[in-house]
Amino acid sequence: MKLAVCINHVPDTAAKITIAADGKNIDKTGITFVLNPYDEIAVEECLRLKEKNSGEVIAISLGGDAHKETLRKALAMGVDKAVLLKDDSPRDSFSVSRALADYLKEISPDAIFFGKQSVDSDDAAVGTMVAEMLGLPSVSVAVRLEIANGTAIAEREIEGGKEKVQATLPAVITAQKGLNEPRYPSLKGIMAAKSKPIEEKVPAATQPKIEVIALRKPPSKSAGKIVGTDSSAVSELVRLLHEEAKVI
Amino acid sequence: MKILAFAEQRNNKFKKSSFEVVRTARTIADQTDGEVIALVIGDQVQTIASELGGYGAQRVLAVQQPKLEKYSSTAYSKIIAEVLKKEQGSVVLLSATAMGKDCAPRVAVKLDAGMGSDCIVLKVEGENIIATRPVYGGKALADIKINSAVKVFTLRPNVFPAGISSGTAVRVEVVDIPLIDSDFTSLAVETIQASGKLDVAEADIIVSGGRGLKAAENFKMIEDLAGAIGGAVGASRAVVDAGWRPHSEQVGQTGKTVSPSLYVAVAISGAIQHLAGMSSSKYIVAINKDKDAPIFQTADYGIIADAFEIVPALTQEIKKLLGK
Ligand SMILES: Cc1cc2nc3c(=O)[nH]c(=O)nc-3n(C[C@H](O)[C@H](O)[C@H](O)COP(=O)(O)OP(=O)(O)OC[C@H]3O[C@@H](n4cnc5c(N)ncnc54)[C@H](O)[C@@H]3O)c2cc1C
Ligand SMILES: Cc1cc2nc3c(=O)[nH]c(=O)nc-3n(C[C@H](O)[C@H](O)[C@H](O)COP(=O)(O)OP(=O)(O)OC[C@H]3O[C@@H](n4cnc5c(N)ncnc54)[C@H](O)[C@@H]3O)c2cc1C
Repeated sequence: MKLAVCINHVPDTAAKITIAADGKNIDKTGITFVLNPYDEIAVEECLRLKEKNSGEVIAISLGGDAHKETLRKALAMGVDKAVLLKDDSPRDSFSVSRALADYLKEISPDAIFFGKQSVDSDDAAVGTMVAEMLGLPSVSVAVRLEIANGTAIAEREIEGGKEKVQATLPAVITAQKGLNEPRYPSLKGIMAAKSKPIEEKVPAATQPKIEVIALRKPPSKSAGKIVGTDSSAVSELVRLLHEEAKVI
Repeated sequence: MKILAFAEQRNNKFKKSSFEVVRTARTIADQTDGEVIALVIGDQVQTIASELGGYGAQRVLAVQQPKLEKYSSTAYSKIIAEVLKKEQGSVVLLSATAMGKDCAPRVAVKLDAGMGSDCIVLKVEGENIIATRPVYGGKALADIKINSAVKVFTLRPNVFPAGISSGTAVRVEVVDIPLIDSDFTSLAVETIQASGKLDVAEADIIVSGGRGLKAAENFKMIEDLAGAIGGAVGASRAVVDAGWRPHSEQVGQTGKTVSPSLYVAVAISGAIQHLAGMSSSKYIVAINKDKDAPIFQTADYGIIADAFEIVPALTQEIKKLLGK
């Protein structure tokens, strides 16, 4: 099986976000970038499928040289090949998807994995956009997956339950937490990843359709009221919720 | 602007967020001398569809056939895109639900349209719409503009007002969009419902428990409080990772993003990744025994005390208030 996994290089979820001087981007100073947590789950799923069915796993990232670090992490986890679609220009979900779709078309994998969401721009769009561009079926937000006889059966989270979705391969899957527990790269894996080559390609330029006009911090909340320090505060809390907040 | 509002239904019932989408379309149309066309997809949805007139749709279209009873990413997106083209609309609104989030990216590609996901504000500015959407897990807000001819937006549930139905029923136009087997390459074959439990993403009140509750069985008191107050149970990641609660209940950056009117955080420290999922709640109550817990910085009301003492007392007090 030929498996592809698209991975993004994003600010660590614990990072403090500050706005850059242009008011449209984040200030990257001091921010640690990591393999997007959902993409880690996607990588893990590919590795498990490969271990079960044999084949090859190709990790692809679109971005500047910094993305090599994330590709190395995927190599350290055990992917066979890493490809950097080298491009530093600003992109939105659509133009990211276009570049990934162009490359994926060239290599035509049996299954293509994504994270359900990139924790920077948070669109949760790229996987399904790529599927549409390639004319492939897709299952997003998958928490369970079985692949047998050329068919993927996956469960995806919906409000109040799950939905079992069937899709014929080749197909796109986007990974949600719960699908698996990603492995930690072994020391041997980390060492080996250092010397593995990263293939570089230059994608076609695509104009983004989204323009960021301003990026700002959400209005900060002032710390609230401490109602009390023991159970005698309970009736006052209920009064506040009922009369002041009017939420109960 | 001519706006197509996709009103999602499951089991021939609309979600509240479907009404939010139609109402928001109405608000934009009012400011742009526009028109709202609501679209319902499913099997025999014609009867429920007329209800959308009450939320501001001038026209209501139904695309229906037995095969559309269950959601199909490929077929639903095709229908939405085809209807928009036929009607020569310029904006598609969907709800950022499991279905909307899955469908909208395909619709955007089919229409060569830019997409704004999970928006919390839509503001008309001249000929365009400026959308505000949380990014970096809600640590920043981006104001964005879409520069393509057609624009697709998904709206975060529970944020836009649905308003009250005016009761106006609109005659439903049944529209035929020819579909072939290959339009159903991704198809939901079965829905596994979590025994009628209220989902955190849809709940108006959420009571969440954290690691400070020490064991899975202690969530009984969280369930009791949620039951008394009419809310859903949520959890921090620490609790989900420990296997005390299912992942579907996790609130946060790698869980669900929620915006209820009331969020009660019990024995949750308030890590940045947890706050990412719930800081847009209208009112936040924190119950924590550590006065320095970061959750108190975000909470509107806090009680610094042992949860095991406070939660049962709170449940009693609320039952008293609500006469239960
Ligand atoms: C205000 C702002 C300014 C930005 N400026 C820049 C900038 O100048 N330069 C820049 O590079 N980025 C920039 N970004 C980040 C960039 O927009 C996103 O990384 C990109 O659009 C993908 O995010 P998404 O939300 O569309 O992905 P989603 O749709 O949430 O991603 C879903 C999945 O798609 C895959 N995926 C997403 N992106 C990639 C990728 N690049 N390579 C491989 N797989 C991927 C992953 O599997 C991911 O889990 C900016 C973001 C914001 C909010
Ligand atoms: C990539 C990544 C993604 C993440 N995503 C999420 C996410 O989506 N959601 C999420 O929640 N976390 C997420 N986290 C984890 C997050 O960083 C925290 O570890 C987690 O939120 C802590 O959960 P907690 O508050 O329940 O536990 P703790 O931080 O251990 O807090 C327990 C709290 O309980 C209090 N307490 C203890 N006993 C009592 C008592 N008897 N009465 C009252 N209070 C008591 C303590 O004072 C403490 O404040 C993520 C982390 C990473 C690295």
